[in-house]
Amino acid sequence: MSWLNQIIAVTNMNLRTVLDRSGSSLVVVIGIAGSVAVMVSLLAMAQGLNSTIASTGEDDRALILREGSDSELSSGISMQDINIIENSPGILEFDDEPMVAAEIFTIIDLKKKGTEETSNLPLRGVEEMSFKIRPEFEIIEGVNFQPGTGQVIVGKGAADQYQGLEVGNEIDIRNSKWKVVGIFSTQGDVHESEVWADLTYTQGAFRRGASASVAIVRLENSESLDQLGIFVENDPRLKLKVERESDFFNSQSSGASSVINAFGYTVAVIMAIGALFAALNTMYSAVSTRLVEIGTLRAIGFQGSSVLFALMLESMILALFGGLLGSGIAYLIFNGYTVSTLAGGSFSQTSFAFAVTGDIIRQGLILALVVGTFGGILPAWKASKQDITEALRSI
Amino acid sequence: MSETLIKVENVNKTYQRGGETLTVLDGLNLDVPNQDFLALMGPSGSGKSTLLNLMGGLDTPTSGGIGINGVQLDQMNAKQLSSWRSSNVGFIFQFYNLLPVLTADKNVELPLLLTNLSKSQRKDHVLTAMKAVGIDDRSDHKPNELSGGQQQRVAIARALVSDPDILVCDEPTGDLDRNTATEILELLKILNEDHGKTIIMVTHDPVAAESAKRVLHLDKGKLTN
Repeated sequence: MSWLNQIIAVTNMNLRTVLDRSGSSLVVVIGIAGSVAVMVSLLAMAQGLNSTIASTGEDDRALILREGSDSELSSGISMQDINIIENSPGILEFDDEPMVAAEIFTIIDLKKKGTEETSNLPLRGVEEMSFKIRPEFEIIEGVNFQPGTGQVIVGKGAADQYQGLEVGNEIDIRNSKWKVVGIFSTQGDVHESEVWADLTYTQGAFRRGASASVAIVRLENSESLDQLGIFVENDPRLKLKVERESDFFNSQSSGASSVINAFGYTVAVIMAIGALFAALNTMYSAVSTRLVEIGTLRAIGFQGSSVLFALMLESMILALFGGLLGSGIAYLIFNGYTVSTLAGGSFSQTSFAFAVTGDIIRQGLILALVVGTFGGILPAWKASKQDITEALRSI
Repeated sequence: MSETLIKVENVNKTYQRGGETLTVLDGLNLDVPNQDFLALMGPSGSGKSTLLNLMGGLDTPTSGGIGINGVQLDQMNAKQLSSWRSSNVGFIFQFYNLLPVLTADKNVELPLLLTNLSKSQRKDHVLTAMKAVGIDDRSDHKPNELSGGQQQRVAIARALVSDPDILVCDEPTGDLDRNTATEILELLKILNEDHGKTIIMVTHDPVAAESAKRVLHLDKGKLTN
């Protein structure tokens, strides 16, 4: 009890003098806030990209790609092969039709908002069954395209990021005009960064003949993947591979987000080292300006360990303020902020929102406390071991 | 005078400075009886502050023994000394050493934070100590709102509040004008004579030394009288 009283008393004394030392205390708070804000922002970016791509895909859906291709863009599959796949067991049926859809995945060029340069935007040619396979799909503005026409619908992420994708506008694709008739949502997944058009019309425009990029399949349940896989493997006519849709998009997301994550941690650590020196400097000066007070308390009978803990506590409280400030700034500025980036595999832009999650803020606060602890420990140790008679003489 | 309270036996204190050994106290022997009021005088560097620090448990001798009430301070570690000081000694400094952020009563309360007293018990003790030194009407004031004499009274109340047997005073009137110094010395005499406190006071001031029951002179680490 009395030891706790000692710590409270010394901490109280320390914190009440923080305002007198506001300049150096602010250096610590702002230095730590800066490194935490940078780390939280970059991790929020990686988290946003990761959750957008990784949230795409269900366990009971499968993608069928050409053997050896690891992205939809590099895959090709003939309509004949798709007809064979439709006979596989394990595929769910809708109105007595197997739920298999052929889809073309290709790239078009459009200008992003606020720039004059074009960026890659994915165009997906889809069939009627594609919508039934993806129940999360919904038109949120306008109408769906008419099959067999040059009408397109645009994912809401793409509509936000690119010029001229408003309903009623026409866009140039392959020297012809395609009309935007609707905006769609797929509950925030990666398809919202795409433009969708009729499969047959897209095959014609892009001279794909009777072929598509991939086939998407709705399975009877998540365990049916093996049945489909065995069927495809055992048919000598098929040179294809089957991947669970959720696994496919997870593997697509890991590259970009881990690069951003690594970058975020690296920059944060470099900045944190800078903040650590600021904290050390501040705490050393805090100790030296209060040497007589610390000496007096020690003379009265306060133990060195209580002085040590109280100074550590002060450093950590300052650091925590910095951490909260940095996280708060990152949250206010970046949470929900939508950007797009080149996603791995598709060579096209995927739009996503920064996500400042509780876990990321927790990591930011841990970084702040680590800086506060290491910034405080040496000055606090010095103060607690200071010779009392020397401290009292330093008036 | 009654039995010996503090027994200093053949105490040496040396420091190492730049490869040289500096002897500050040289085989010093001293008995301080209970309820003594002892003034230590001597030129700068004579060792009087070092002797005061040793008797107050702030420092330990290089060799020799310091026994107080049968307890050997020279055998104690830093933690034990902290604990011993908190219940046996009150310190009074030349520049008062009050914590500027705390009000007078909170300064006086500090030594009681090392005890198991409840908040209300602490408050009672603080009031008693502040009344004893005549500063209870300034309890809500911070040190910078008090005169030098008032600050020293607060410091004396802080030294008294845990009711220690010994008061260790390092130039207690060194920063005060003559009239205020006289008041403080009167207060110390009352504490010695009426409250039975043993007082050891280092001073340069012969007038201050006259308030003591005994005056000892140090020179080059030895007692000269």
